[in-house]
Amino acid sequence: MSGRVLVGVKRVIDYAVKIRVKPDNSGVVTDGVKHSMNPFCEIAVEEAVKMKEKKLIKEVVAVSCGPQQAQETIRTALAMGADRGIHVEVTGKDYDMLGPLQVSKIMAALAKKEDAQLIILGKQAIDGDCNQTGQMTAALLDWPQGTFASEVSLEGDTVKVVREIDGGLETIKINTPAVLTADLRLNTPRYATLPNIMKAKKKKIAKVKPADLGLDMTSRLEVLRVDEPPQRLAGVKVETVDDLVAKLKETGRL
Amino acid sequence: MGVFFFFKLLLSSFAFLFTVCAFLVVSGLDWESVLSLAAHRCIRALKTAQGEHAAPPLYTTLNRRACSSVSTPRITTHYTIHSRDKDPRWEGIEMERFADEADVVIVGGGPAGLSAAIRLKQLANEHEKELRVCLVEKASQIGAHTLSGACLEPTALDELIPDWKERGAPLNTPVTEDVFSILTEKYRIPVPILPGLPMGNHGNYIVRLGNFVRWLGEQAEELGVELYPGYAAAEVLFHEDGSVKGIATNDVGIAKDGSPKDVFERGMELHAKVTMFGEGCHGHLAKQLYKQFNLRENCEPQTYAIGLKEVWAIDEKKWRPGRAEHSVGWPLNRLTYGGSFLYHLNEGEPLVALGFVVGLDYTNPYLSPFREFQRWKHHPFVAATLEGGSRIAYGARALNEGGSQSIPKLTFPGGLLIGCSPGFMNVPKIKGTHTAMKSGMLAAEAVFPKVTAEGLDSETAGLHAPEYAETLKKSWVWKELHAVRNIRPSFHNYFGLYGGMAYTGVFYWIFRGKEPWTLKHCGLDADQLKPAKECTPIEYPKPDGKLSFDLLSSVALSGTNHEGDQPAHLTLKSDSVPVQRNLAIYDGPEQRFCPAGVYEYVPLETGDGMRLQINAQNCVHCKTCDIKDPSQNINWVVPEGGGGPAYNGL
Repeated sequence: MSGRVLVGVKRVIDYAVKIRVKPDNSGVVTDGVKHSMNPFCEIAVEEAVKMKEKKLIKEVVAVSCGPQQAQETIRTALAMGADRGIHVEVTGKDYDMLGPLQVSKIMAALAKKEDAQLIILGKQAIDGDCNQTGQMTAALLDWPQGTFASEVSLEGDTVKVVREIDGGLETIKINTPAVLTADLRLNTPRYATLPNIMKAKKKKIAKVKPADLGLDMTSRLEVLRVDEPPQRLAGVKVETVDDLVAKLKETGRL
Repeated sequence: MGVFFFFKLLLSSFAFLFTVCAFLVVSGLDWESVLSLAAHRCIRALKTAQGEHAAPPLYTTLNRRACSSVSTPRITTHYTIHSRDKDPRWEGIEMERFADEADVVIVGGGPAGLSAAIRLKQLANEHEKELRVCLVEKASQIGAHTLSGACLEPTALDELIPDWKERGAPLNTPVTEDVFSILTEKYRIPVPILPGLPMGNHGNYIVRLGNFVRWLGEQAEELGVELYPGYAAAEVLFHEDGSVKGIATNDVGIAKDGSPKDVFERGMELHAKVTMFGEGCHGHLAKQLYKQFNLRENCEPQTYAIGLKEVWAIDEKKWRPGRAEHSVGWPLNRLTYGGSFLYHLNEGEPLVALGFVVGLDYTNPYLSPFREFQRWKHHPFVAATLEGGSRIAYGARALNEGGSQSIPKLTFPGGLLIGCSPGFMNVPKIKGTHTAMKSGMLAAEAVFPKVTAEGLDSETAGLHAPEYAETLKKSWVWKELHAVRNIRPSFHNYFGLYGGMAYTGVFYWIFRGKEPWTLKHCGLDADQLKPAKECTPIEYPKPDGKLSFDLLSSVALSGTNHEGDQPAHLTLKSDSVPVQRNLAIYDGPEQRFCPAGVYEYVPLETGDGMRLQINAQNCVHCKTCDIKDPSQNINWVVPEGGGGPAYNGL
């Protein structure tokens, strides 16, 4: 086994920032807005680094797809303990329409190229909330998948994954190579401290284009319009149950 | 005999009680603390019953006075107040810090810090010298904590980067129109801006200062400055001889109760030959340095104002790009310094930047700068511009108003102060960016020969550069500040605003500040508040959700956030002072002057009395509480780097 783990990290608008729709309704304002690493990706990086510290794997490679600024996100992953980075350059219209299908094709191609033993991703990104990339990547590679992982233990050629599912917790054992996606309770990510950020400047980030991997980034989707959700109307307080029933009948719900 | 004896006892105890009460009343003590606990509860119950129908609890908390017998719950857990040396939870934790060396370390990535960094690198390239310049900034990205009106005077920029236009500096809106008004509740009195008056803006640019600072950051990086946003300077380091050695960044991974978490890591030490402190208005490290080196012994205390700002996308029909409007008067009374600005930007979208400034030497503890701002927007003249528009940004920051009278000693062994931290704002012009930039440039020029000299020519391990203060005094910064030094203090007269305007009209316009006297300010802002019982509560209108808004939705718009599980960075020197003093005497003014809703007086879980709740996550790093707390009990320290507002082009 190569002992190499690929970790995908995505640069997203920071979760505390109030989003604004562009005046032409074509998308969301991103210029100058505070961005940070997707919280689930942070958890994925932390898990990979923990495995390396336990000597279960040998190398952690951080991957991000996007324009030049994606390198900042890779640097944060390097500061957390990843060994090197791969920046897949996707810009302009291709970047606007970059979705789980395109990213999973990229991850699959890189996994083959880098002879990865494991791919660890966040379960979903907080901007798209698709929750598809991990699953699609596993399908494209025909690898087993351990998604919504809240506990991961690498044991030789297999991985034991405790998954958070609707009914509770499910424990599965899958063979490597495999794709894992991190859920919230998997771990608490460490801080990227300043000395590590300084050291990370010396770590390598390779730049690669999707065309170099023989991939086509054309999207099958087209965004027609983006709107803010309708304003939530104030509720109406009623005094008695009879009032409530009357109001429900009035609005045709009963 | 028994009855008679009993009767005498009763009489004498009444007489005794009467004397005690009389004594207490004469000595000015509170009646209620004399009465028994039961009687106290009874009175309070009656007041609360009345209070249900009175003004909402937030604004008249006098209804529920605290019992001094109730113990104060622990509020402050920060290690600057409760040292970790004797704390058993910190036993055995590795406290060694990683250290690195630079030639110059700059604290703060604002106009002053970045100008100093750029100038240093320009000189290094010119003279073909190696120079390591490191800049730390607490915001997650350069510009995210920057907030200003702003009408930029390009004088300093022309000197620093003469080809700024070719390099794409975001100065897109030259000022085309200057409008000044005195507002009354319904009307507007236009005031002509005669040439020569400080508020004229010919030749200036309306900028989104956050974007300008971001651009300066890019210029600095291109020149090779090491920028580290997301890392706050938390501690000043000293050599054995007492000179400044550098700074240490904040520790991370401390839990809310002050104990170390699994992810705890010590901050890093950055050592330098010279450390420049450009923390902006009322910096927390500068506050320590003033004490350490006695820098304020020959100047007046700094006086401040709070500036609140919003950016609106307005109806295109109302948009007049290049128009700069200012007003004074309503809703403030003539004795409260303050006014408004409204600038029409010219950057594609019909945006206006507007805001309200209130001098922090105001006396009425019931005044809420935030609500004055919201109320002002309803004035017909202002509402006309905003109607049909939508608010897209909000923020607040304190600013200096002390002028030349309040500038401290600027240099000390191992370091110096630049920008709004010592305070070079030209108050009547309401501009401080150009002077802040120039101070950074002069500091760089003074320090460069010293840090690149072959041998260390200094008495102290940290370099001392008093030349910086000398060149500053000979520069246009000083001339400008000297000319306007009397305008702000001239507002301290019976006629308040009108006296100040008269003074400006006569002495500044005619004599340009050459009058031989220098007026004084009135002391610390924190000492100006009158007790609540001497003042009348102000009836503010409810926000209508279209022009005016409530505090919490405004705070959400600032994008501010902090790691929740960390000690509150609004530290109290004493946890019991807020309820015993601020609430009891001033009715908790921090509930009103904080533009982010950090401070709330809430009832104790046990039932009787109130406690101060600090919502540290809301903080927008404006520093107003540290300035205006009448007990000077609040000490703002820097939270984990990367936290705070996420301003975008503010």
